Amino acid sequence: MATDFAFPDSAAKAAGAEQEFAPEKMSLSMGPSHPSTHGVLRLQMELDGEVLTKCDPIVGYLHRGDEKIAENMTYNQFVPYTDRLDYLAPLANNMAYAIAVERLAGLEVPARCQAIRVLTAEMARISAHLMGLGAFGLDVGAWSVLVHSLNQREHLYKLFEELTGARFTTSYTRIGGVSRDIPDGWLGRVIAFCDQFEPALEETLSLLTRNKIFQDRTVGVGIITKEDALAYGLTGPNLRGSGVAFDLRKDKPYSGYEQYEFDVPVGSKGDSYDRYLCRGEEMRQSVRLIRQVVAKFPSGDWYAKDARKIFAPPKDKILTSMEELIQNFMIVTEGPQIPAGEVYFEAENPKGALGFYIVSKGGGVPWRMKIRSPSFCNLSILPKVCVGTMMSDVVTLLGSLDFVMGECDR
Amino acid sequence: MSASADAITALKAKFPQVTDRASRDCPAVDVPTAELLAVLKTLRDEYAFDLLSDVTAIDWAEGASPRFTAVYHLYSTTSNAAVRVATPCTGDDAAPTVPSVVPLWPGANWHERETYDMFGIKFEGHPDLRRILMWDGYPYHPLRKEFPLAGIETALPDLEIAEETKAKVIPAPMAGGPFVASVGEMNLTEAEPRAKDESWNERSEKPGA
Repeated sequence: MATDFAFPDSAAKAAGAEQEFAPEKMSLSMGPSHPSTHGVLRLQMELDGEVLTKCDPIVGYLHRGDEKIAENMTYNQFVPYTDRLDYLAPLANNMAYAIAVERLAGLEVPARCQAIRVLTAEMARISAHLMGLGAFGLDVGAWSVLVHSLNQREHLYKLFEELTGARFTTSYTRIGGVSRDIPDGWLGRVIAFCDQFEPALEETLSLLTRNKIFQDRTVGVGIITKEDALAYGLTGPNLRGSGVAFDLRKDKPYSGYEQYEFDVPVGSKGDSYDRYLCRGEEMRQSVRLIRQVVAKFPSGDWYAKDARKIFAPPKDKILTSMEELIQNFMIVTEGPQIPAGEVYFEAENPKGALGFYIVSKGGGVPWRMKIRSPSFCNLSILPKVCVGTMMSDVVTLLGSLDFVMGECDR
Repeated sequence: MSASADAITALKAKFPQVTDRASRDCPAVDVPTAELLAVLKTLRDEYAFDLLSDVTAIDWAEGASPRFTAVYHLYSTTSNAAVRVATPCTGDDAAPTVPSVVPLWPGANWHERETYDMFGIKFEGHPDLRRILMWDGYPYHPLRKEFPLAGIETALPDLEIAEETKAKVIPAPMAGGPFVASVGEMNLTEAEPRAKDESWNERSEKPGA
């Protein structure tokens, strides 16, 4: 006996849905506290089914007014604030800031100081990319990648702590040098880290590179064309993933990068997978750089000795010599004496080109300091690149852009 | 650096009103506001300055003329040259204006929103000039020199919650902090770093608050 199941849907009838279903767009707010936004980023999205028709990123939740603060303190006092920009790579920020002020002062630091800075910046790059990689893995559901990368970061933190006294907020550079020379035997421990890191990195990357699930989520997703990437001012691995071989370490070498050999990885399609591959290769290149720096580590001064109005003398001298005591007092109270003028310096940070534009009227305090943060620029492309992607792909897209909100909001 | 120096020389031949600007690194030019877009377009199309690194502004403090200068940093990914372009903002202090460069580089969108947010500079022709770092409806432009470092008391971002709770965004207790050295013509005692406005701190209320 056949049964007729064509009952009228009473619920639908009650809701007045008998007329043809009119497709309506849904608005959805993701964040500011959402696991995949890696910080306090909010995306105000307009969805047609599962496809985005509009995306408006809302930033500024972590705005601390760093630029205003910089105008009200001496150059050295601002170094700790640079730690809190891209807090995954504070050593690289310290270096970019110090070089910017030194360019303004027309000061050249000794080779040993440059080598220390390059070494720490590359270690910071590894540390930042490891975190980006782990978080990216987490976004696509690969838990173990994060555990592997955090394990390696712990080794790096131990080295940072030994060098700077802090694991996270290092505040290592000073204008005209660094806060202290490297400890005895530290270089050997850096090389020991590299030796165990290289196979560990390959193992970690092998969890993702040929992983079918990972590829399904990233290959062909979030494609950023070369033209778009340049027009929106993307830098770092995000621009290189789109096929532009732009790396300030190569193109406008600073701090002695021109002495070292390294390759700049470039993507071909500009999708999330290319950006991932670029970061992986950059870590290998960073290890290569670290080995070269250690191999020809220069001896000599680790701060600019002649810059008597900029770099405070060592403590033992302050306590024994009148002139050094006065010099230290002047630098601490009035700040390093920087001539009037303006300078814009960009360094290749893990996230992209971190720029400092400093306008000085002379004296120890900048008149204006603008921080050009790569994460801010990298996020500005979201309204363009998100349109037409699936809701769930936005999560992997954010992971592949690898931003830090502390730097974006400043 | 020669690529940017060449570009500047050619640029000055084409636009006679463009003048050199003092700079301690890359070549820099001052451009009249009316010619800004034409100059930037020439730099982008004819001299391959394809990457707009940064857009920002400088506040030269009340009474200065011009009070606000907008600054653009361009970079060429082909010749690795950099150039800085500066232009004075027109209009009065309350609403200085400068043309928007979003038609040339879409990436300028957020930079200009930030500059508007921090300085109150209106970018004419910007498609969506809203605040970006501070919240919508915030009444001040914090990077202006007259804005105190400690901040100014304002209502909470959410007006409903502000009404309900009567809570406010309050300034930081110390005006300027204790470690600020002053710049300019003054003797050492005046310039010595300490909180310059000591009429109020953690112990004593701000007068008239």
